[in-house]
Amino acid sequence: MKILKSIAYAVGLPIILIIIWWAATLGTANFYAPSPALLVETFAQVWFSELFLTDVLPSIGRMLAGIALAIMIGITAGLAIGTTRWLRMLLEPTLEFLRAVPPPVLIPVMMLIMGISDSMKIVTIVFGCVWPVLLNTVEGVRAVDSVLSDSSRSYAIGGLARVRHLLIPSASPQIMVGVRQSLSLGLILMVISEMFASSSGLGFSIIKFQRSFAIPEMWSGIALLGLIGVGLSFLFQFVERKALRWYHGQKEVEHAS
Amino acid sequence: MPANLSIATDRHIALSVRDLRKVYSSDAGDVEAVRNLTFDLPAGELACLVGPSGSGKTTLLKCISGLMRPTGGTILLDGNKIVGPPKKMAVVFQEYGRSLFPWMRVHENVALPLKNQRVPKARRKELVDQALEAVGLAHVPTSYPWQLSGGMQQRVAIARAIAYQPEVLLMDEPFAAVDAQTRADLEDLIRDVWEKLGLTILFVTHDIDESVYLGERVIILSSSPTVIQDDIRVDLPDVRDQLETRSLPRFTELRHHVYQQIQLAKLNHRPADAARPPQASRMVRDA
Repeated sequence: MKILKSIAYAVGLPIILIIIWWAATLGTANFYAPSPALLVETFAQVWFSELFLTDVLPSIGRMLAGIALAIMIGITAGLAIGTTRWLRMLLEPTLEFLRAVPPPVLIPVMMLIMGISDSMKIVTIVFGCVWPVLLNTVEGVRAVDSVLSDSSRSYAIGGLARVRHLLIPSASPQIMVGVRQSLSLGLILMVISEMFASSSGLGFSIIKFQRSFAIPEMWSGIALLGLIGVGLSFLFQFVERKALRWYHGQKEVEHAS
Repeated sequence: MPANLSIATDRHIALSVRDLRKVYSSDAGDVEAVRNLTFDLPAGELACLVGPSGSGKTTLLKCISGLMRPTGGTILLDGNKIVGPPKKMAVVFQEYGRSLFPWMRVHENVALPLKNQRVPKARRKELVDQALEAVGLAHVPTSYPWQLSGGMQQRVAIARAIAYQPEVLLMDEPFAAVDAQTRADLEDLIRDVWEKLGLTILFVTHDIDESVYLGERVIILSSSPTVIQDDIRVDLPDVRDQLETRSLPRFTELRHHVYQQIQLAKLNHRPADAARPPQASRMVRDA
């Protein structure tokens, strides 16, 4: 019953919006605003085809590869910077500078250096996604509880054991905040990286449809992007709830008392 | 003038603090927290350390546990100088809620230091089970610490300490944050564990009653900069009982003496022989 109720809440608003959209397109034949039925039909036609294998899957693959790399680099570098004072002092101004550079402007540069390739696109995604993870990891590592840290030290838990048993778990709620931001950035950068001088991919397809005035097809691409975003978000929530069960439980206990 | 009675002991010295000094340097100037502390802890002794608030108890404990470097003096554990957290020592902190790993279950918390020492799995399980049994927590090994009450969390921390099999157990006001009834239970638990395992325990507290009730010896610190104000033997029967022991006339006498010394310490009275710190605890003469 409880599950049904939460499902009803989750799909309630989308259903209402679709009904409004359907009513608004009733009886009109606006070229730029297709009706829901036409969009669903186009969606199935366009994406349940070879295009899914040749364009959508590779795009998603690049995005996931980029995000995964960004998370790994972000956590590793964040741990090093968060625990080493001199490294922090040395890198902080440079990192602020690099972070301020919008990743899309690097695409032409990357194209010159790396050519138009998968790795160029992945590097673009990594460059954008790494910052939230990196900075949140640094914050999380620096905020490790002093008593917990002393406890670990008094039991001679040092080096890699300290990283594994103390630093990563206690920074993990903060790291997750960064990962969440990276996911949405990853989707944006996946599309943008395919809009310049590309010949395949989801972003490229959407641009292609737009330029050839295939408006329902363009909309179906945009809808697909939205669906991928929702999928990522659900996946994240699932993993987050599993990994941070202790954190949510602890907070619940604290709030109850 | 009470006679300085050296307690004859053939027990070897487990912990030796020699001329310990700690000065905190800051931009606002240096603050001398600990001036000169010298005392020995024979193996198997349960000593309580009391002092007025701000008397550098925590500083002293951090230096002994190797978490903080003293400015001067030496600390020896079994004759070896302490430079970092030593293996044969465990610390129980006051803040039980912040000293256990909230992402690990109770048994994992107790097992982690052993795992880190590469104790084989079977032996590890044995030690963890024994330790949890000893603190009366054998029934909750798979709970998370935050699911337990404060007193139970502190029991987990004590279990983790004894499973580690230390020679010296340091306790930094471990029961200051639990309610009075739990506190009485935990005090008896410590006496019990100490008798069974033959540990050397240095128990820091600000509670005068607790220090007399628990200890074989009470070391009283002066106010900061800290020296040893007094060092007395607790000649109460070995079997302590919350009601009986606390109503003994001798308990009241000792409590009175410690209280007086702490009051003197608060008034910044320095012991006459501060320059020559006592080498052994003395008996308090009957009033």
